[in-house]
Amino acid sequence: MENPLSAPLIFFASIFTNNILLANFLGMCSFLAISREIPSAVGLGLAVTFVMTCTTALNYLVYHYLLVPFQLVHFRFIAFIVVIAAFVQLVEMVIDRYSPRLYVVLGVFLPLITVNCAILGVCLFMVIRQYNFVQSVAYGFGGGLGWLLAIVALAGIREKLKKAPIPKALEGPGISLIVAGLMALSFMAFSGMISMG
Amino acid sequence: MMTLVLGLLSISGLCAVLALLLEAAYAVFADYGPCRITINEGAKEFTVKGGGRLLGTLMDQGVFIPSACGGRGSCGLCKVTVLQGGGPILPTETPYMNDEELRRGTRLSCQVRLRGDVQLQIPEAFFLIKEFRTQVVGLKPLTPSIKEVHLKLIEPQEIVFKPGQFIQFQVPEYEGSSEPVYRAYSIASPASLKTEIKLVITRVERGIATTYIHDFLKEGDEVLINGPYGDFYLRHSNRPMVMIGTGSGLAPLLSILFQMADEHIDRPCTLYFGVRSRQDLFYQEEIHQLMGMLPRLRYVPVLSQPLAEDHWDGETGYVTDAVARGVSDGSQLEAYLCGNPLMINAAVKLLTERGVSEDRIFFDKFG
Repeated sequence: MENPLSAPLIFFASIFTNNILLANFLGMCSFLAISREIPSAVGLGLAVTFVMTCTTALNYLVYHYLLVPFQLVHFRFIAFIVVIAAFVQLVEMVIDRYSPRLYVVLGVFLPLITVNCAILGVCLFMVIRQYNFVQSVAYGFGGGLGWLLAIVALAGIREKLKKAPIPKALEGPGISLIVAGLMALSFMAFSGMISMG
Repeated sequence: MMTLVLGLLSISGLCAVLALLLEAAYAVFADYGPCRITINEGAKEFTVKGGGRLLGTLMDQGVFIPSACGGRGSCGLCKVTVLQGGGPILPTETPYMNDEELRRGTRLSCQVRLRGDVQLQIPEAFFLIKEFRTQVVGLKPLTPSIKEVHLKLIEPQEIVFKPGQFIQFQVPEYEGSSEPVYRAYSIASPASLKTEIKLVITRVERGIATTYIHDFLKEGDEVLINGPYGDFYLRHSNRPMVMIGTGSGLAPLLSILFQMADEHIDRPCTLYFGVRSRQDLFYQEEIHQLMGMLPRLRYVPVLSQPLAEDHWDGETGYVTDAVARGVSDGSQLEAYLCGNPLMINAAVKLLTERGVSEDRIFFDKFG
């Protein structure tokens, strides 16, 4: 049975109330690694948003028009990862061509979008929650923007923290994890508003 | 069974479609169009197809930049100064640069992708570097693990080099390597012999190039080399010299000694040659022949692990131990070292302790 939530609602919910990063804690490694400065966080966030939106749409088509009719839904992990990997390569080519500086800054984390679990997570949630195509695209796009919002917010806080007197033992990943935890707590305030299933 | 076949077909089909899509995208996004390379303020200029690495592109245009690792970013030799273009410096390059080089825009040419017009500054000497087609005319085992490779130049027919310099040897595709690779080897023969060169090559366990040279290379084979490279060569002064070589590190030292004999440079010189046992000593005849021509040349072979049957009563231990025993005051000395990095580091430390000024210690460190 199709999910009753409307596409705009899913879009806003995936950004705020069910932020894939702060509610589901998916895609944490690049979230912590590329959040030292806002420009690189924006770059990676936009790349993740683009990949997430496109792969959600493509994976919806692959799932419903290839895997379901041939009763191959148990192949969904392989199929979804293949689509994601191909799209990440495409994004890599585009960034290398049009923003070499961002390409250098993102370094190894750009190809690692392939194994960013937030992207696979969105594709799998789309199937579990029985979204239609429009809902899926809205969820993918919103999920990407939610991830972008979270990483840019963390980068902003970390830039401010550079001047803060942090205890030696908590510098770097330690304080970043604490900040991420506090951000997740504050986003919990939204969580009662919409239930995504 | 049917599900498995269908599954495999579907996933393969999906992969094929995506691969085609990526190929199409590559054709569009990786096409950087024609790029103009300007070297040394217009001394050389050419337009090439963009997208490739600078090292390979320059090599295609006949400008050879030294590179011992063949463009894998691990030897740090292929440095050029990029005055304009070239994009931001990569994390793979910075470990090979000091602050001054970073400020000047020095880059590893094997890591720079040609995305637009670039302006380069490279040493004039690189223009003299050429690619040579050669033929193997001799392969002689010198010790159980070292082979002499004798190459006759076909085109161009003559090479001009400073004794002590090295060339790059192209190992073609073979069962141990899916692509051609380049490795650097010092020239052992005299510079006066312009039409042929001799290389001394030690077998490296599982080494791509040395396995090819020791196991597959035959007399009559054609080999591509390019060079000469390097700033390890004889400095003209009247200072007494100390030469320290281990294993195939004897090669450039021998070439320098041939030059001294040819040019009648009669300077006091002590050659320390360190190997494991007597069977590893090679070119003994040549060294004794040189001693006949250079009256003030003293030769000190040093065995680190002499065998019982060697009946050795000469110097033993590490080569640097023998140098420590032989050199007490180095304040007037000039030193030439060639061999493995451990020996070079130990020798530089020892010689500076004995008063040899660092700017008079020249070395060729085997990576």
